[in-house]
Amino acid sequence: MNAQVPNASVKSVRWVDRAAIVYATGDIDLEHSTQFQQALLKLLDENPSYIVVNLKEVPYMDSSGVASLVKLLSRVRKSGAALRLVELNERVRSLFEITRLDSVFEIFGTEQEAIS
Amino acid sequence: MSAESFKPIFMRIASSPSQLAVVRAVIEKVCELTGFDAKAAGRIMLSVDEALTNVIRHAYDGADDQPIEVEVATITDSPARSLRICLRDYGRVADPATIKSRDLANVRPGGLGVHIITECMDQVTYTPAEGGGTLLTMVKKLPSEKETRKT
Repeated sequence: MNAQVPNASVKSVRWVDRAAIVYATGDIDLEHSTQFQQALLKLLDENPSYIVVNLKEVPYMDSSGVASLVKLLSRVRKSGAALRLVELNERVRSLFEITRLDSVFEIFGTEQEAIS
Repeated sequence: MSAESFKPIFMRIASSPSQLAVVRAVIEKVCELTGFDAKAAGRIMLSVDEALTNVIRHAYDGADDQPIEVEVATITDSPARSLRICLRDYGRVADPATIKSRDLANVRPGGLGVHIITECMDQVTYTPAEGGGTLLTMVKKLPSEKETRKT
């Protein structure tokens, strides 16, 4: 499987069996959240069992980026799959805490923890 | 540089999402210069970003060529030493009474900006501006000298 999703906000996607590991990159704000969301939603066409979004290279995210992930979460749950977030820096994690979404999303420290 | 010697900054930007990163960089630097730690700086920067996003989306309906004025200043001549950030737009005015945080228990995309701003800043005031548009004033108490020395 090799979905054609990379763009300015998604550097690459790696597949491990039916799990899609998405490598996001750059600031995810109002300027970039639409293409971030489009890339993530397009992955669902490949029927992944779960999606892991690696945010290691995302230095900053605002509520428009969070909204993209909330929309993805909703679609993923409907499809019976799962969504996991990994390697959030302190600033991005703080955004999830402020919006109380840290208890809604499955958040892991490392990719290994998320896919094991 | 101390908060006392900080001179006000005035920026006039276009209502384009591409301007957000520029304003964030300025706010982050100002926060550093006035003694905020990285966590507080991140929250102030996020609040300004969310407020600008709301102006672009709601006051200007997504138009990317409308004016937004940003003023950043420190208030050090009163006991409540603080950082004050004002955003002034010339777009559609919302009734301040309708600008509210939503129920976070309802997990859905969007509508988090006002919650973030009120959670991260000490004081937030929306005022209809003379000549049209809205003046948003956000205030954050400056860290004490003791807190600044710690960081």
